[in-house]
Amino acid sequence: MTAPVLEVEGLRVEVESTGVDIVDEVSFEIAAGEVLGLVGESGSGKSTVALALLGHTRRGARIAGGEVRVDGRDILHRRPPELRALRGGTVSYIPQDPASALNPALRIRTQLEEILAAHRYGGRDRLQEMLAEVLLPHDDAFLRRYPHQLSGGQQQRVAIAMAFACRPRVIVLDEPTTGLDVTTQAHVLATVRHLCDTHGVAALYVSHDLAVVAALATRVAVMYAGRIVETGRERVLFRASAHPYTRRLVEAIPEVSGRHALEGIAGTAPRPGQRPDGCFFAPRCSFAVDACVEAFPPVERVGDRHDVRCFRHTEVLATAARARRPAPELPAADAESVLIEVRGVNAAHGDRQVLFDVDLTVKPRQCVALVGESGSGKTTLARCIAGLHRNFDGELTLRGSPLPAGARARNRETRRELQYVFQSPYNSLNPRKTIGQIVGQPLRLFYDLGYRDAHDRIASTLERVRLSPSVMPRYPHELSGGERQRVAIARALAAEPTMLVCDEITSALDVSVQAAIIDLIAELQREMQLGLLFVTHNLALIRTIAEEVAVMSGGRIVESGKVDDVLDAPQDAYTRALLADTPSMEAALAAAEA
Amino acid sequence: MSQATAPAVPVVQRVRRRRPIVLLLRRAWRLTRTKVGVALVLLLLGIAVIGPLFAPYTADEFAGTPYEHPSAHARLGTDGLGHDVLSRFLWGGRSILGLSAAATALGLVLGVTIGLLAAYSRGRLDDLLMRLMDVILAFPSIVLALVAVATVGPKLWLLVLVVGLTTMPRVARVTRGASLEIVERDYVQAAEAMGEPRLKILSGEILPNVTSPLMVEASLRLTYAIGLIAGLSFLGFGRQPPAADWGLMINENRLGLTIQPWGVVMPVLAIVVLTIGTSLIGDGVARASAGIDPRAGAE
Amino acid sequence: MLRHGIVGFVVRRTLLGLLTLFLVSIVVFAATQVLPGDPARAILGRNATPESLKTLREQLNLDRPVVTQYTDWLGGLVTGDLGRSLAANEPVTKLIGKRVENSAVLMLLAALISIPLSIVLGSVAARRRDQPFDHATSIVLLALAALPEFVVAIGLVVLFATTVFELLPAVSLIPPDEHAWSHPKDLVLPVTALVIAVTPPIARIMRASMVDVLESEYVEMARLKGLPERTVLWRHALPNGIAPAIQVIALNLAYLAGGIVVVEFVFAYPGIGGAFVDAVSNRDLPVVQALAILIASLYVFLNVFADVATILVSPRLRTSLK
Repeated sequence: MTAPVLEVEGLRVEVESTGVDIVDEVSFEIAAGEVLGLVGESGSGKSTVALALLGHTRRGARIAGGEVRVDGRDILHRRPPELRALRGGTVSYIPQDPASALNPALRIRTQLEEILAAHRYGGRDRLQEMLAEVLLPHDDAFLRRYPHQLSGGQQQRVAIAMAFACRPRVIVLDEPTTGLDVTTQAHVLATVRHLCDTHGVAALYVSHDLAVVAALATRVAVMYAGRIVETGRERVLFRASAHPYTRRLVEAIPEVSGRHALEGIAGTAPRPGQRPDGCFFAPRCSFAVDACVEAFPPVERVGDRHDVRCFRHTEVLATAARARRPAPELPAADAESVLIEVRGVNAAHGDRQVLFDVDLTVKPRQCVALVGESGSGKTTLARCIAGLHRNFDGELTLRGSPLPAGARARNRETRRELQYVFQSPYNSLNPRKTIGQIVGQPLRLFYDLGYRDAHDRIASTLERVRLSPSVMPRYPHELSGGERQRVAIARALAAEPTMLVCDEITSALDVSVQAAIIDLIAELQREMQLGLLFVTHNLALIRTIAEEVAVMSGGRIVESGKVDDVLDAPQDAYTRALLADTPSMEAALAAAEA
Repeated sequence: MSQATAPAVPVVQRVRRRRPIVLLLRRAWRLTRTKVGVALVLLLLGIAVIGPLFAPYTADEFAGTPYEHPSAHARLGTDGLGHDVLSRFLWGGRSILGLSAAATALGLVLGVTIGLLAAYSRGRLDDLLMRLMDVILAFPSIVLALVAVATVGPKLWLLVLVVGLTTMPRVARVTRGASLEIVERDYVQAAEAMGEPRLKILSGEILPNVTSPLMVEASLRLTYAIGLIAGLSFLGFGRQPPAADWGLMINENRLGLTIQPWGVVMPVLAIVVLTIGTSLIGDGVARASAGIDPRAGAE
Repeated sequence: MLRHGIVGFVVRRTLLGLLTLFLVSIVVFAATQVLPGDPARAILGRNATPESLKTLREQLNLDRPVVTQYTDWLGGLVTGDLGRSLAANEPVTKLIGKRVENSAVLMLLAALISIPLSIVLGSVAARRRDQPFDHATSIVLLALAALPEFVVAIGLVVLFATTVFELLPAVSLIPPDEHAWSHPKDLVLPVTALVIAVTPPIARIMRASMVDVLESEYVEMARLKGLPERTVLWRHALPNGIAPAIQVIALNLAYLAGGIVVVEFVFAYPGIGGAFVDAVSNRDLPVVQALAILIASLYVFLNVFADVATILVSPRLRTSLK
């Protein structure tokens, strides 16, 4: 093995004012041309580690210990001028959101040239080269543009160009494809991979999306609550991990190639300042024994470049990877009757038409998945059905009777029957109301219950979404994202609807939390015999929950049919492309093993 | 069943059972500037409300010859007409505080209503309302007040009305701005989808979520109203002599500044302390609400 | 009609401003005509003879229908005839001509000093966030911003003209036929009062805006690219920081138009503010109307300017107009 380009040893970042640790004891190394995936859920500290590699921290934090060495030379304890020379020159950074990372007031040319100037790396020719490498046009007209005149994918390519401009030794990528279309994401990853290979750059790829990491990284490090709990080759980690958390994480990944139930992890990760004495994962771990709560496990080597921090790793390894249990049978939909019928709907936002002649059917007790990328019109369609978007024409019926366009025009019963769950758990609950008031709102509007009865109903609805009724007097800001989403679902269920529209309800959630919510929704749909329209951009989710799928692109339904049929044998070119671009862990592992 | 269905998942890690508004006020109180501001305002409130009980003379009693220096029978000396400065000072705060509070309250009620309506209805009603507000905003407040006084005369109810009217569009703008953000939030959309009555949405969903910027704006407007009403009295268009009023006093005693400054200095100090006090409270609340974002509760 | 581009936007915005001004003129006119009772009687007093009342009414056009009175007045405004002062019995334009110039000098000086001063103060405070300089300026600016202008003016008089020091004149004795700028000593205190009134709000918004910008992801990215701090501040931070401040700058300049009313009164400065107060005291309605419209026009114009400048300064908004 060649000498590592990047070595991190015992890195510690803490909160400046209190000294509480954000991340600690972080150690890993990356060789030239190698991509190390750093995975973890929100709050794990992975972004903090990424920035620390450039000697930088967010406001209020400070690097308190450890070493970061590039080609043997320490980079943390440097004076500002030296640090500046290193940043962008030896170690560079590709940000998560290129739209915010590019200065809106400066032209692309200025922003590209200045990094060359700062590191004295050559002029005009270099600029052209840079852009050609990332497959961007390099004519004057393009260079004169401002960031907002570029697409998301183009913006990210500019960021990549800037990162590779001065031929750095190390590149840090901080979830660079979040917010990009699956297709664009695939292209961007391919570009990064190619450039890393060509120039022998050591790369750290930070992500919460394990499927993406599986495709790109050769080795993976898993972070939990500010510590690295396992490091190893990706094949090993995903197939036979030695740490219980990694195992559970892998089991939570939705898989587009086969139908498996998703498993979430009970509980939440401890925040800085609330981490227990022993192993941080112990409270949520099924392998935990007494020794686990006494001390944090030390690093142990269990295989070829495979390190883990767990007292019970032997037992974990011995347990065969649980074959993903197949999802329970979906309830038989009533073949004859129709719950929601959409026919020939055209919708517009202002002057711009966004839906073109859309047809869709949802039968009672049936789950239909509506899949598409951002801008495909799926959310608009969902909102039209829910009565939140009025600017459309065409037929919309509920059990044969026409549905008026706006929610206010509909009668109470209709509004009760059709409920909507929103995407963002952070925006869909009124911060000034208690959970009890939020879940009680539909009861107030649709039923005439006394205080006692209403209270009982709210409590039982909360239990249904696996929340304790003790949460009723609390406010949304006291709950985690996953808990808030459960509250949003409870609000919808309190009305005892017959039809539920879920609009990307897990996009804002961590993988393990997403798994739990999907599991919950699937179970609720079965139990309560609900018709369900499940809107998502993630093809991998739909097998576990939906019977039928409709694929949307550019405002049109390009393909629809049974889930298995469409995913196994897609007819439309767009569907095929979408499938091909959707990161699949199974496919990546299979390719690696081949 | 998967492990994730374990009943009654342990819920929260922090036990913080407080309404967000109480949290905000407590946070604001923790700042020194808020405490100082409250202290200053309470002090001036005390002087204005209870002061007259301690005044040795009434507002228009003669205590000596004009422009006397401080002495035993007139602790702060006398003014241009021989009245006791201390007494007039103690009597002079009530009208300013009362009028400003009334005007601010009027402006707030009107402004919040208009701002909420405009933000919620958007479209033509919004345009119309904001256009009307722009017309009022086209005047510096003092110019509008003076135009009104030129027409009707220096009546106290007119002052309250016109200062309230000039407060209204500014409050409306702030309310509208804050409400526009809220109207887009999913929880308002959820209420719409359920068919919640419009009024209930305005009062239950939107209004409680704009209270933070409104509180800040309210203190700003109060500070401004105090300044404006005192200024109008100063120019001679507020309370008329021989009534005691801080603004009026400042103008009346200007001529004698070189001889006897107290007739000017005391009311000036009072207004300075009062306006700084209200301003500090507003700033404290502003800082506290900048720190609390109800959205950023979890990771 | 130019619909697109920057020119189109300016035209539309200006027309909107003129519409507002038109509505404002209606308000001014209506307000001054809402006299309970008879204006002529109010002016001439109780013992006026019927003949003199009739003459005055004819003079003031009070015997004509209201709408005609309004259109006459508006027409006069547009052509430069601002009416006739009742108190001085001469054309309003003659009365206020010189005063407009004097006030303009005051406002211009105040603007020229306060704008750069507040931008610098705000930016430095943001740069040194939470350090002593920032804390000190924050408190001082907060306090100054809270004070009504007349208090500031009187305070300055007490401090520098009468009680503490006696350096500068408490009253501006500028002869009517001379230019204000030939009497610099008389200008110092009034201008200072205006600067103190206007600088704090602009400085505070500048600080807030710069703090946001310095926390932004693109400034963080600029630092992560290894750019020198100087470049980060001047090329990346400042252009983005100024944009939100422009609206506030214009609004505060417009606020100056109101501030001069009180400040000129305190210093007996021969400007339109002082004239306005006098006119109100004398119920000299034509002058009141004329000056109100004048001041309102300035206000509206500055707002139009602010909107246009905000668009021009932001590339995103600028290009979206094309």
